[in-house]
Amino acid sequence: MRNPLSETIVGIEPSGIRKFFDIVSEMKDAISLGVGEPDFDTPWHIRDEGIYSLEKGRTFYTSNAGLKELKVEISKYLYRKYNLEYDYNHEIVVTVGGSEAIDIAMRAMLDPGDEVLIPQPSYVSYLPCTVLANGKPVIIELKAEDEFRLTKEEVEAAITPKTKILVLPFPNNPTGAVMRKKDLEAIAEVVEKHDLFVISDEIYSELTYGDESHTSFASLPGMKDRTITINGFSKSHAMTGWRLGYACGPRLILDQMLKIHQFAIMCAPTTSQYAAVDALKNGDEDVAMMREQYDGRRRYVLHRFEEMGLPCFEPLGAFYTFPCIKEFGMTSDEFANALLKDQKVAVVPGTAFGACGEGFLRISYAYSLESLKTALDRIENFVIKLRKQDK
Amino acid sequence: MEGMREKILTFIEKNSRIDLKELAIVLGVDEVTVANELEQMEAENIICGYHTLIDWDKTGIEKVTALIEVRVTPQRGMGFDKVAERIYNYPEVNSVYLISGSFDFMVTIEGKTLREVSQFVSDKLSPLESVLSTKTNFILKKYKDHGTVMAEQKKDERELMTP
Repeated sequence: MRNPLSETIVGIEPSGIRKFFDIVSEMKDAISLGVGEPDFDTPWHIRDEGIYSLEKGRTFYTSNAGLKELKVEISKYLYRKYNLEYDYNHEIVVTVGGSEAIDIAMRAMLDPGDEVLIPQPSYVSYLPCTVLANGKPVIIELKAEDEFRLTKEEVEAAITPKTKILVLPFPNNPTGAVMRKKDLEAIAEVVEKHDLFVISDEIYSELTYGDESHTSFASLPGMKDRTITINGFSKSHAMTGWRLGYACGPRLILDQMLKIHQFAIMCAPTTSQYAAVDALKNGDEDVAMMREQYDGRRRYVLHRFEEMGLPCFEPLGAFYTFPCIKEFGMTSDEFANALLKDQKVAVVPGTAFGACGEGFLRISYAYSLESLKTALDRIENFVIKLRKQDK
Repeated sequence: MEGMREKILTFIEKNSRIDLKELAIVLGVDEVTVANELEQMEAENIICGYHTLIDWDKTGIEKVTALIEVRVTPQRGMGFDKVAERIYNYPEVNSVYLISGSFDFMVTIEGKTLREVSQFVSDKLSPLESVLSTKTNFILKKYKDHGTVMAEQKKDERELMTP
C-alpha cells in the first residue's frame, strides 16, 4: 500500500500538551488552571434565543456568509465599539469560531513560500494554519521586558522580500499582553512601508482591564484595507461551545475567504447565529459583568504571585497570567509536571505557545475565586518547598 | 463613593464570607477603605445581616415554609405600616412584603410542621383586627432561592484541549 498521508500534515508537530492533559484528566482530585475558556455559562437570554430558534424550526442552512440579521448586528457592533465601518453584504463572513477565520484568511492570502510573521508566545493555531496554506511561518519572539508587546523594530528585523502577512494576536493568549494604541500605530507604519497584510485576532477584545480600552487595528488610518479582523462570541459572551466567530476585511480578500468557507463549511451553525444576534443586541451588560469579575480575579492572582515572590508583569487583557519560574532552574515542562505530581494543580507550560515561552507558565483565571484560592495555596506550597530544597 | 458601595454590596451579596483583605484586593482598593465602608453601611442598616443559605430539605430536619397572601384594612392614619408591624413582630414570620395586586401583604412563615404553620395562621394571623382574609400556600419544593439553584451543584465540565 502507498503512504496514504500528506507530507505537509505529517510534518506538523502534534500539540505537545496533549499527553500532559491526559494525565490531568485521569487524576481525580487535580485542580486545573489550564482551561482557556470562560467559566461562565452563556447568559440565559442568549441560550433562550437559541432554543427558541429551534422551537420555531429554524433548522436550515443560512446563507454562506451568515444570517443577514447577524451580519448587520456585527457591523453595528464594530461601529459602536471601534468606529469601524464594514459593509455587511461584502465585508463580513460568519465563521465556525475565530479559528476557522484564521484558517481561511491564511488560505485566501498565501502562495507557496509567502512568509507569515507570527509573534510568540501566542495561540497555537497560527503556525499550523500557515503551513497548511503553504506559507512559511517566521516566528517573532516577544520579550518579557517589553511586557510581551510587539515592537516596530522586531517586525522590521523579521521582514524579508517574501513577507506577506503579520499576525497580531492581541489581547494575547497566553500572556495577557495588550497593545496600546501608540504601539499599534508604530506597527501600522511598518505595515504600510513594507506593504504587508495583517490578520488581527481580536477574540479577547472585550476583555481588557485598566484605563485604556481595546483599539482595533483596522481602525488606524489606512489599515482597514490591509487587515482581516477576527473576532467572535466565545470569550466575550462565554459561547465557546456554540462555535461562532467572524472575519471582517476588504471585499477583495473576503470574497476569496468566503469561497473556502462555502466549500468546506457551508455556513456556521444556524442555532448559534440566532443566539448571537441576541448576544449583540442585549448582551452588553453580561459582558461588563463578566469583565468585572475577571478583573477582580486578575487582581487577586497577581497579588498572590507578588506574595509568593513569583515575578509576573501585569497582564491587561484576556484571562491569563504568565508568571516567570526561571529562578527554580527547571523547564516549564518540568515545573508543570512536578507541580501536578506534588500538588495536583495543572497549569500550562509556556512552551506550549512557542519556544520563547520557556521559563513561564500560563495560569488562567477563568475560575471561581474559591478554586483560584485553593489552587494558588497549593502553588505557594510548592514554591516554598522548591526554595527550601535549593538551600 | 457610591460606585464603591455598589461594588462592595454586589460582591458580598453573593459571598459574605470573603475576608476583608481579599475583598480589598479583588476590588482594587485598600483594606481600610473597604472596612470603613462596610462599617458605615452596617451602621446605616444598608447591610442588615449576614445570613447563610441552607437547603433544609437535604438535612432530614423538618421545616415547612408557607407563603401567605394577606388582605387587610389599613388603619386610620397609619396606613399599612402599623399592620405590617403587628405581623412581623411574630418570630414565626420570616418576611413581610407590601405588594401591589389583588392582596396587600405577602408573608412568609416558617414552622416545623404543616400543622404548626396552619395553627399560627388560624390562631394568630387571621384573628388580627385589620386582617380581612388570608390564603396559605405551602412551599413543596425550593428550586432556587436568593439567586442560587438548590437542586444541583454545579460542576466544572470544561475539558482540557489545545490551549
